[in-house]
Amino acid sequence: MNDLMQDPMVLRQIIMDHYEYPRNHELTHDETYMSRHMASDSCIDDIYVEAKIHDHVIEDIRFDGVACTIATASTSIMSELLKGKTIDEANKIIENYHAMIDGKDYDEDLLEEAVCMHTVGKQANRIKCATIGWKAIEEMIKESE
Amino acid sequence: MIDVEKIRKDFPILKRKMQGHDLIYFDNAATTFKPQCVIDAVVHYYTELGANAHRGDYELSYLVDSEYEGTRKAVAGFIGADEKEIVFTSGASASLNQIAYGYSRFLKQGDVILSCEAEHASSILPWMRVAEEKGCIIKYIELDEEGRLSIDSLKQLLLDGKVKVVALAHVTNVLGYEAPMKEICALAHQAGAIVVMDMAQSAPHMKINVKDIDCDFAGFSAHKMCGPTGLGVMYGKYELLSEMEPYMLGGGSNARFDMCGNLLLKEAPYKYETGTPPIEAVIGFKAALQYLDQIGMDEIHAYEKELHEYAIEKLSKLDNITLYNPHADACIITFNVKDVFAQDAATFFNSQGVAVRAGHHCAKLLTQKLQTSATLRASCTFYNTKEEVDRFVDICSQASIENCLGVFF
Repeated sequence: MNDLMQDPMVLRQIIMDHYEYPRNHELTHDETYMSRHMASDSCIDDIYVEAKIHDHVIEDIRFDGVACTIATASTSIMSELLKGKTIDEANKIIENYHAMIDGKDYDEDLLEEAVCMHTVGKQANRIKCATIGWKAIEEMIKESE
Repeated sequence: MIDVEKIRKDFPILKRKMQGHDLIYFDNAATTFKPQCVIDAVVHYYTELGANAHRGDYELSYLVDSEYEGTRKAVAGFIGADEKEIVFTSGASASLNQIAYGYSRFLKQGDVILSCEAEHASSILPWMRVAEEKGCIIKYIELDEEGRLSIDSLKQLLLDGKVKVVALAHVTNVLGYEAPMKEICALAHQAGAIVVMDMAQSAPHMKINVKDIDCDFAGFSAHKMCGPTGLGVMYGKYELLSEMEPYMLGGGSNARFDMCGNLLLKEAPYKYETGTPPIEAVIGFKAALQYLDQIGMDEIHAYEKELHEYAIEKLSKLDNITLYNPHADACIITFNVKDVFAQDAATFFNSQGVAVRAGHHCAKLLTQKLQTSATLRASCTFYNTKEEVDRFVDICSQASIENCLGVFF
């Protein structure tokens, strides 16, 4: 992996960039999209995630809502990373992302910018912020099958 | 004047560290730590008493009963009520739910229940369900610019003669304002309504006499006042407690029943105490009340007020901090770090050993009064110190978005 991606300054900048300029940050409210409202009482993040999955391909992912830096950035990165992927490819990326968050072995190359979340476990109560958007897409992938 | 250094030695948990720093616990509105005497009382039950309450015919069970009832007497004394008006519940939420369920039998379609937009969920949600089931209407007493209850609005709403219940927090949990409950009770009674007072945020911090205030019902939690978790109190005027029904039935609360459906409940307060209660918590709660009494509720209130003024004076000098309730009556400071989402800031405080709560609030309260979607809350009690406030203020001044993200690397 690129050495730059080991540099905390760079990783922090990736998070800030996705927080200040979140990608795919507009809901379509289109009926051909699936939708998930992700909000729990143990966490103040409150986001909606939409996905269009057709023929085992994730054609589009959208999100919006009120959330912290970690939840916003991790969901924004997820939306870029998984858009256009087949369900098999996406599942492999998701599996590696969770392995990384849980401190297990993972394939950095598959995760691209998402590696900026690799130390989120240092603040254990924020793991749910780093996975909230990912859980939404997992649920929608399951629903599509 | 209270001796805070001496008091701190009574709380073993205050010696611990969090994230490598001395712990500053500013989440006392959520729950408080326990002094050694409360921990000892809980252990005393498990090591020396052990038996169930209100059940057996042997010495141990008699000893349990007398300690259990001793707490009821202590609670009654603490809030100026009669022993038989004190019901043990699992917490303020259970108390407020029982009151709403129990009193709903006296309500009919079109009756009005008054609440306000700054209420805790446990104060308003039980009444929302009652309203739905009974066809009652919930109306909200207006708040002024600061977020305080408007007495003029209350008077206006009472005019139509349909108001049957006024359910309000004595001290609100987000903004920390004290409602003038004595005046509210007098106005409500004149209009033919009863008053339910949520004391969860007031009972731990001030001397309260429910007879003087003349509320009809009240509820509070032991764990917010140095007592054990899993225990609360429902206070009700005896006549009302006698007329109402418990929402739970079962062992301990009935006197007789048969298979034909005949049921004779015990008298209040016992008819509300079904099943085995958290006996160790009840016994521990007496130690907590004695501990608070020994320090003095008036002294506690005065000290917390002083601590609050000290904190507000320092925090208001920081450019990066927005204060939402600088004139709160309780030591509850609701704030934000400018341009930092509340939860990101809370994590930074955690990394520095400071426990504060990030929360989102009822949409209307927030959008209209606070104009933000989420806030941080620092809530202090009598074992917090000015030195802790100093360190907290210093950490506030460093809480930039860069530093808030820095904690992850």
